Amino acid sequence: MRPRGGLALRLTLLVFVCGGLAVGAVVAYNDFITRRLVVREIEDSARNLAQSAANHVEAVLRSTEKVPGFISDLLEEGVYRESELWTLLLTEVEQNPEIYGATIAFEPYAFDDSRRYFAPYFYRRGAGEIEFTLMGSDAYRYFNRDWYQIPKELGHAVWSEPYYDEGGGNTLMATYSVPFYRTVAGERRFTGVVTADVSLNWLQAYLSAIRISQTGYAFLISKNGRVVTHPRSDLVMNETIFSLAEAQDDPGLREIGRDMIRGQLGLAHTRSLLNNQESWLVYAPVPSTGWSLGAVFPREELLGGVIDLARTQLLLAALGGLAFLGVIIAVARSITRPLTALARASEEVARGNLEGALPVVRSRDEVGQLAAAFGRMQHDLKQYLAEHDQLLSIRHELDVARRIQQSILPRTFPPFPDRHDFEIFADMIPAQELGGDFYDLFLIDTHHLGVAIGDVSGKGVPAALFMAVTRTLLRSTAMQGLTLSECLGRVNALLCRDNTMEMFVTLFYGILDTRSGTLEYGNGGHVHPFILRKATGVQELEGTGGIALGALDSARYEVRSTTLQAGDGIFLYTDGVTEAMDAEGQLFSDQRLRACLGQINGAGPEAVVRHVVEEVQRHTFQTAQNDDITAMALRYARP
Amino acid sequence: MSRCLAAVIIAILAGAATAAQNEPSLAPATFLPQWTPQAQFAGFYIAFEKGLYRQQGIDLTILTGGPDRSASQSLQDAQADFVTLWLSTAIQMRARGVPVVNVAQLVQRSALMLVAKKSSGIRTPADLAGKKVAVWDGDFRLQPEAFFKKFGVKVQTVPLGPSINLFLRDGVVAATAMWYNEYYTLLSSGLNADEITTFFFDAYDLNFPEDGIYCLQETRSKRPQLVEGFVRATWDGWAYAFAHPDEAIDITMRYMAAAHVPANRVHQRWMLARMRDLMMRKEGEAAPTATLARGDYERVALQLQESGWIDRIPMFTSFYQPPPGT
Repeated sequence: MRPRGGLALRLTLLVFVCGGLAVGAVVAYNDFITRRLVVREIEDSARNLAQSAANHVEAVLRSTEKVPGFISDLLEEGVYRESELWTLLLTEVEQNPEIYGATIAFEPYAFDDSRRYFAPYFYRRGAGEIEFTLMGSDAYRYFNRDWYQIPKELGHAVWSEPYYDEGGGNTLMATYSVPFYRTVAGERRFTGVVTADVSLNWLQAYLSAIRISQTGYAFLISKNGRVVTHPRSDLVMNETIFSLAEAQDDPGLREIGRDMIRGQLGLAHTRSLLNNQESWLVYAPVPSTGWSLGAVFPREELLGGVIDLARTQLLLAALGGLAFLGVIIAVARSITRPLTALARASEEVARGNLEGALPVVRSRDEVGQLAAAFGRMQHDLKQYLAEHDQLLSIRHELDVARRIQQSILPRTFPPFPDRHDFEIFADMIPAQELGGDFYDLFLIDTHHLGVAIGDVSGKGVPAALFMAVTRTLLRSTAMQGLTLSECLGRVNALLCRDNTMEMFVTLFYGILDTRSGTLEYGNGGHVHPFILRKATGVQELEGTGGIALGALDSARYEVRSTTLQAGDGIFLYTDGVTEAMDAEGQLFSDQRLRACLGQINGAGPEAVVRHVVEEVQRHTFQTAQNDDITAMALRYARP
Repeated sequence: MSRCLAAVIIAILAGAATAAQNEPSLAPATFLPQWTPQAQFAGFYIAFEKGLYRQQGIDLTILTGGPDRSASQSLQDAQADFVTLWLSTAIQMRARGVPVVNVAQLVQRSALMLVAKKSSGIRTPADLAGKKVAVWDGDFRLQPEAFFKKFGVKVQTVPLGPSINLFLRDGVVAATAMWYNEYYTLLSSGLNADEITTFFFDAYDLNFPEDGIYCLQETRSKRPQLVEGFVRATWDGWAYAFAHPDEAIDITMRYMAAAHVPANRVHQRWMLARMRDLMMRKEGEAAPTATLARGDYERVALQLQESGWIDRIPMFTSFYQPPPGT
């Protein structure tokens, strides 16, 4: 069973979310930067476009200013005849195709005392035809017309607001008027104006030719904010930018308009009047006329590339994200599938099933290592358990062996209940490990008691077996009526034969003649027993100089004898007694044993053995016993 | 087949002709507003379009006014049965012996005003002293001149033409303007209201009511029903126009287009709203009034006499003859 919110899910989510955020951030940042760059580019080029278009318009208008200016200079310089004026004007109109009409309009009676109105006017009608009229009448008092009055009152040349030509139909015009003066009686007096009516058709054509993206456009407003050219012809001359602002309830547009007619160069955000799209509006002044040229740059169209790019990037990111997600899921699964399988396998192991199949992981990564380690662990565990079982059985066998070993030692005391001529007691406290100590006591015949104590070199089963073999050999050899020396020699020889383990055993063997109290003994390398004399105390039994049995097949064993008086005894022991160590590593020692025996001298064998064992155990209090402790005591009582 | 079709067409045409002949009770009449079509005359156009004149038994023809067609002359020459005129114009005509009669006074308050740019430092009438002020000619001069006299300021007047550009270009510091026209032109030329100093003449005890409906005494006497019907229908037209400004402006714009007059919807909206203001005797009144107040009449007449434009003041009762029931 897979746990809820498992590793795969978390890993997938984490990686996907982080990856998504990273990709999203990159796309957003890219879009932001691109947009900023593009916007800056667009704004720069928009400004350039508006400025250069305005400059172009300005240049054309300036060029048309020259002729009226020239004529006004002539008029101020000197006297002139009517016909000369007409020629001047006619030439002006003829030679300047953009000049639609021209006049020199005089103040009342300024040209001629008899004429209140004098304004010869040449103008184009149709294709190339130039007509002439004298303007001014009581019905058309030109003195209060803008083209006449404004330059007069301001005292300098001006461009009029654009207007539709009253006679010529739909020709959009603007008039450039230059005032001229004459000095009369020392006074510079306003005398009239020279005008040029300039058709603005070229302006409309020029501006409508400016194409910005698909729906962007250029337009022109007059000094009054009146729309002079615009792709929406219904606005032209009918609306001002301010009336549009009012109609659209857009105070921002009004502010833009005010900025424009103040002759500012600027950039504003507004909406296209064609399709209401959000747009940039850049504007630049046409200084001679006070007009302002605006260019509308539809935002979305111009940023279309950027928006498309962002859209494509988002799409790619989304597709990439999906692919990424798939890969993450696959990777996460490939990681967690073996992990899940391992988890399942370890549950099996915990349940004790070591045979469960392990997932196959071919990768060499951490998961692979884990799986391999797990495999090794399973294998080792299996082996360990097998060994553990084996050990258990060995221990069991050792226990059995120990019990057998123990059982082969005489354990029943007194061993010969009907004999009162001697008392004997022995005990062996085995160490944890199977040891090699043994003792034995047996009646060789009615009057001879054999006692033996030995210590096999080494520990464990081989020692135990060697001990058993030694004891058996000794017993059987002892019964064959050989001398003690021969007996030990025979046992030694037998032990040496086939002693592939190169083990040996220290052995003390004594035969007590129960009638005389004579103790004949031989010692093959064993610690010297103590003789406990009732009269004289504890003495070490004299050694015989023999070496341990099983070491050298030619070894010979000397025999000695001593005589026990009634009440005398001997104490046999193994080095487990004297070499027992306390927690500080202090040995129990020969001295202490001798002292111990001294204290208990005279007591029965059982009491002696128990006392010594107790003392040793007190010495080794709470310290692990690392060798068998074996002790045997004999007290002779004359028959 | 084609013969059948022709027969059907003839029948339809005959039917139409018969129907036209079947309205014998409609009295033909002509009306000439004193200027080109604009919302200043919206009530008349609406009344016409809504058939209100027909309902009053009038088969009205609205003539197109403008600078080329003087309303006062047309009335005098009986080329129009009804015209709108300024009160001052009509009093002068009456004083000259032209038998014009006021049958309804529409505009109760002067729309004529003086405007100045605050930037030129003009705040009070006294600030105008010695300055160039552009003033329209004719009847438009009456109030400004009285105004300057009243405040004892000597100004340098400049004749103002049909456009206000002279003022916009700072050729003069002040100019006459109509509240519903030139003042709006200033706004729509980028000047803000708070940048303009205004002198409304009615605020200086120089309120001269303007547009009224006039006819000749003869019409008033001989065709009283026509006069009453015309005034009633016109009044209802104005009421409808104020109640339905968008529709009124649509209709007005159509008339403007037909007369080839530049049309600007927001301007016309402004003008219609100002007409409503001006047709109230006082600001904030509930409803417009169609009567000519004797006090207003006398103020204008006295000023005309004082300015030497008329010799004698015509009798109010013979000048103002509203049809009964209006």
